[in-house]
Amino acid sequence: MGGKFGAPDKMIIGGKRLDGRKPDELRPITIKAGVIPSADGSAEITQGETKIVVAVYGPREVFPKHMSMADRACVECRYDMASFSTPERSRPGMSRRSTEISKIMAEALMPAIYLEKYPKTKIDIYVEVTNANAGTRCAAITAASVALADAGIEMRDMVVAVASGKVDGKLVLDMFEIEDNFGSADLPLAYMLRKGEITLLQMDGELTKEEIQELVEMNIEACKKIYAMQKKALQDKYSVEKKAMPDAGEENGN
Amino acid sequence: MEKVFVNDKDIVIPGEPLAEGFDFLPAGKAFREDEKIFASTIGLVYVKGRVIKVIPLAGKYMPKRGDIVIGKVTNIGHSGWTLDIDCPYLADLNIGEASSEYIDLRKASMNQFFDIGDYALTEVTAISEGMFVKLTAKYRPYRRLVGGTIIKVSPTKIPRIIGKAGSMIKMLKDHSNCDITVGQNGLIWIKGDAEKQALVSRIIKVIEKESHLPGLTDKIKHMLEGGK
Amino acid sequence: MGIDSIKSYMSELLKKGQREDGRKIFDYRKIEVEVNPLARACGSARVRIGETEVLVGVKMDVTKPYPDSPDDGTLMVNAELIPLANPDFEPGPPSPQSVELARVVDRGIRESGAIDTAKLCITPKEKVWTVFIDIYPMNDDGNLLDAAALGAIVALKHAYIPKYDEKEEKVLYKELTKEKLPLTCLPVMTTFGKLDGNVFLDASRREEKSYDGRLSIATLENGAISAMQKGEAGTFTEKEVFELLGTAIEKGKELRGLIKKV
Repeated sequence: MGGKFGAPDKMIIGGKRLDGRKPDELRPITIKAGVIPSADGSAEITQGETKIVVAVYGPREVFPKHMSMADRACVECRYDMASFSTPERSRPGMSRRSTEISKIMAEALMPAIYLEKYPKTKIDIYVEVTNANAGTRCAAITAASVALADAGIEMRDMVVAVASGKVDGKLVLDMFEIEDNFGSADLPLAYMLRKGEITLLQMDGELTKEEIQELVEMNIEACKKIYAMQKKALQDKYSVEKKAMPDAGEENGN
Repeated sequence: MEKVFVNDKDIVIPGEPLAEGFDFLPAGKAFREDEKIFASTIGLVYVKGRVIKVIPLAGKYMPKRGDIVIGKVTNIGHSGWTLDIDCPYLADLNIGEASSEYIDLRKASMNQFFDIGDYALTEVTAISEGMFVKLTAKYRPYRRLVGGTIIKVSPTKIPRIIGKAGSMIKMLKDHSNCDITVGQNGLIWIKGDAEKQALVSRIIKVIEKESHLPGLTDKIKHMLEGGK
Repeated sequence: MGIDSIKSYMSELLKKGQREDGRKIFDYRKIEVEVNPLARACGSARVRIGETEVLVGVKMDVTKPYPDSPDDGTLMVNAELIPLANPDFEPGPPSPQSVELARVVDRGIRESGAIDTAKLCITPKEKVWTVFIDIYPMNDDGNLLDAAALGAIVALKHAYIPKYDEKEEKVLYKELTKEKLPLTCLPVMTTFGKLDGNVFLDASRREEKSYDGRLSIATLENGAISAMQKGEAGTFTEKEVFELLGTAIEKGKELRGLIKKV
């Protein structure tokens, strides 16, 4: 991965990365819940320049019927990159890369969802990357968690995700495009904080066992910070709802 | 070690720890795992003594026995009708549950009672293991809803639209002269003068969106009087 | 089939010149336009009409020209009706609805000569610029056509041509020149619906579920019409069509005023 054509001479100068960050610093992140009125739940995330919108539809009827599972919900994710999200226009539609990401995303979120509470239904998670600047699958998982919560789907925990890697021999958190393209390793991770469970783990590049341990720890630390942002996004949207709830919770009879 | 981590009427998110200790009782969308109690959905937590209850603030309608729901007829079968009650499961209205009178199919055809596209006010009588939802329209007030318009709101907003002791819905009915029937599944039937139907629809949408803002009741009175 | 009570109620309202949401029959819902929300596009727009929201991105690339127009740049319009925007959209290959949307938006722009394709020629017969317009609805609450067409024109109006390295024969996608995409006019689209003999403008999704047919008309500033498309299974009379042409020109002026402001 190193020494590629077009690689900058140095990616870390005087302890700072090319975008001014320290090695263990996250890009600025904003998360907003409830951005697509037609969806049952939705969220938008910006992480540095990366911008992603996620919509959740479900639980809803399963088509075709034979896909339906008698005792639980089935979950399908569709991760798509808009053709204008990359410097050179990408052909619209699914690629092999987006097909793989769709699968592992669903598998990263399923452990959090109480699937057994929704037998014979389907939960669809639709991801659209409107601007790609590295870290898209992790940002998408973070936003998808918020969208699932926004849809009122019961979950054991939120799922948070972030990637880190190795650049100029140094371990760095939340790489942006140049670092992702010219770095020597990439390790995305998705995590449920409550019980310390990893739901997505990938690695690409060359790392020692110790480096992997360090990166995993760095990711988990960062996930704690991102979790606070997920919570804030949901509270911001629902705090307005709260003010009008009838005084007694008993009235709703749930 | 007994401890409550949240305040009464806090907004909680899935997986959020609410309390610790075996004396506490989880209710609503709160669940216990070992010593701790957690929320399973986005909701409002009520702390009343030992009871930690979470009321969901979002979520699709999931049918419960006894719920009064409005459904749309999507299919006529041999022995009944299939209704869409806007939840993940289809619902069945058996011919024996359609009317308090006996239906003789030699003299009447099924679509005279409920036709495809009709809306009906019904009650959920049972939900089987396989998630088959059974409805009844046998007794008053359950019936075919003729004319009017149907709008859809989030089921979690229904209590707010009805209002404290039905005050909100009463005000809407009185001022608009419309029949308004609210289904617990979030479907609402409005029947009256066409312009009043549209006005009530708009007002209900306002309640759904702006229920947190002060002066809502006044705003609605203003809308009802101004006809806008 | 039973009487569609929602449809008859909408018809009753329309006969009084009214809509469910309080609009008059030829009112647009609130329109909001955001210029260049997409960092990687040559030009882009986010258009909201009521709760309908569409993202449109213009991207450019250097390609071979079409054999029958060797000195002209080319235009390609694509619409992706992603399932994110509407519970009834299904993932998969382009549906007839998405193809129609793209082609109608295309027609309004192409036939008006809005893009000066002669200026997009780099080397005749060998290299020309292709303009890609990609339409992505983010929320469908009806009338995607007008939102998409409006977004396309705003995106084109604010688009700059990317740098082209003649020596290496490569487009430098991340760098834009100060040269604007050559746009000669501003075609705008207005789409009317018809329900039970009543004609109206800018249908919401609820109205689209009940209406019988629609008619889209693209107009230019000088009152010329650059495209028309009748959609859905309903019909229009000659009288209706001619009246709507006039209304389309009037409404077109309103939309064009909006475009000029951003």
